[in-house]
Amino acid sequence: MKLITAIIRPFKLDEVREALSQAGVSGITITEVKGFGRQKGHTELYRGAEYVVDFLPKVKIETAVAEGLVDVVIEAISQVARTGKTGDGKIFVTPIDQVIRIRTGESGADAV
Amino acid sequence: MSTLTTRHTLRSRALLAALALMLAFGFGVALAQDAAPAEMAETALAEPAPAPMAVAEPAAAAGEAALEPTVDKGDVTWMLVATLLVVMMAVPGLALFYGGLVRSKNMLSVLMQVMTVFSLIVILWSVYGYSLAFVGGNAWIGSFDALFLKGITPDSLAPTFTDGVMIPELIFVAFQSTFAGLTCALIVGAFAERMKFSAVLMFAVIWFTLCYLPIAHMVWASGGYLFEKGALDFAGGTVVHINAGVAGLVAAYMVGKRLGYGREQLAPHNLVLTMVGASLLWVGWFGFNAGSNLEANGGTALAFINTLMATAAAVVSWSAAEALLRGKASMLGGASGAVAGLVAITPACGSVGVMGAIMIGVIAGPACFWGVTGLKHLLGVDDTADVFGVHGLGGIIGALLTGVFAAPSLGGGGAEDFSIASQLLIQAEAVVITIVWSGVVAFVALYLIRLLIGLRVSDDEQREGLDLTAHGESAYN
Repeated sequence: MKLITAIIRPFKLDEVREALSQAGVSGITITEVKGFGRQKGHTELYRGAEYVVDFLPKVKIETAVAEGLVDVVIEAISQVARTGKTGDGKIFVTPIDQVIRIRTGESGADAV
Repeated sequence: MSTLTTRHTLRSRALLAALALMLAFGFGVALAQDAAPAEMAETALAEPAPAPMAVAEPAAAAGEAALEPTVDKGDVTWMLVATLLVVMMAVPGLALFYGGLVRSKNMLSVLMQVMTVFSLIVILWSVYGYSLAFVGGNAWIGSFDALFLKGITPDSLAPTFTDGVMIPELIFVAFQSTFAGLTCALIVGAFAERMKFSAVLMFAVIWFTLCYLPIAHMVWASGGYLFEKGALDFAGGTVVHINAGVAGLVAAYMVGKRLGYGREQLAPHNLVLTMVGASLLWVGWFGFNAGSNLEANGGTALAFINTLMATAAAVVSWSAAEALLRGKASMLGGASGAVAGLVAITPACGSVGVMGAIMIGVIAGPACFWGVTGLKHLLGVDDTADVFGVHGLGGIIGALLTGVFAAPSLGGGGAEDFSIASQLLIQAEAVVITIVWSGVVAFVALYLIRLLIGLRVSDDEQREGLDLTAHGESAYN
């Protein structure tokens, strides 16, 4: 099993959620985050006091999937979240040691 | 008992004792006041008139007993409403205006400082302020004749600008108390986010006593040095705005810059509230300016419409200047422009024509925009809410332009032989005296307070925020 973490533009969330459902992903967790990569921030001006805001709002999506689904999910997210401009985001894939469904106590592939 | 418990118990007992003493004292004084009402009313009538003068007419002499004093319910109602409006300017108008400009961790401390300073000062006004500002005395300060409002009853009358037309003296006392409270509360914005609460209160009391009272007396009380010279300050360009602006600048300088100033993000946390505050200030200011006419007539209408037009002009002119020079007009700029216009028209509202008021607004906008940008960098002082840039500079500009636009040739209410040059000189003298007096008193007061209890909170307290460290609260949970 793998944990797929994707950082995307906030307005792409609905589309990505749709695409993930269609790809067969049953559950996701999202967090509102701030960050930057190569995308530049913006400048705010308050009565002559300038503030450079580096951190940009993004959305982080986390979902645990079976190994077989990983490539499908990566493709689904990339296609839908891409705009072609700097700041589209990144996808990270990390291994998961254990998954447990709290309600039933199931573990492993049954819990995903 | 541990040492901590002992200290707290002692402190609470001491506070309770002090409170009990104050209540007993207050009761005693109130009882003493109720004696002899009718007699006192006569004395109050003959009392030298307070109140700012319209340009042309000389003051009603004490000898003009020919006119039967009348009290018009319309005038009284208006003055009651005007006083209410000025209270609203302070709470919550000014409180929110400043509050939105600071970081969220300091929001409550600003609200608290404004509200407490205002409350403390209006009390002191009743106790000795009114007496020292408006009752008897010489060219520089009043007397203690009306200490604890002695001799003033609901029947006591105070004059207006119209011979024979009177208002209850109590409402005049109340009206003026809000001016004193507001002026001291204005200063708070300059040193926001880093000054000790106890030092704030101590400074307010000392500065009120040694600066606000003499200046108010000099400018507004008949017999006052600047009043007799013919200085025009209808609602307090010098007494309130230059006074507070300079005190704020000196205080900001002496308390020192905020931690991280120039390096960290110190951006306003809620400009929505700042706009709400600025709007409440604008609406309330009609009471401040038009109420300074002390009755409800054409002169009041003039002050009223000037307050509307000058402010609107400054909103537009500040926004235009910002758009031209910085590329975008901002909401903070619009709100600041409004306040700048309000400040600038304050000394002028009763003596300039509507077109003159618009011109004052048009000039004040960009001038104060420079005040909060270019001038601020020149001065190198961390004036958190730009109290000097807006109130100080706006007040100076307004006071000087009053001397210009009061000229009948420019639509003002000046007499036929009005000389712009000579009036400008008088205005300039008033401005300089106010700046110097306020600056010196502020400096000495703060120096003493710094020796006694210190001015600045610690770096750790600044980082955590004054809401938690000084008031034990969090604004947003």
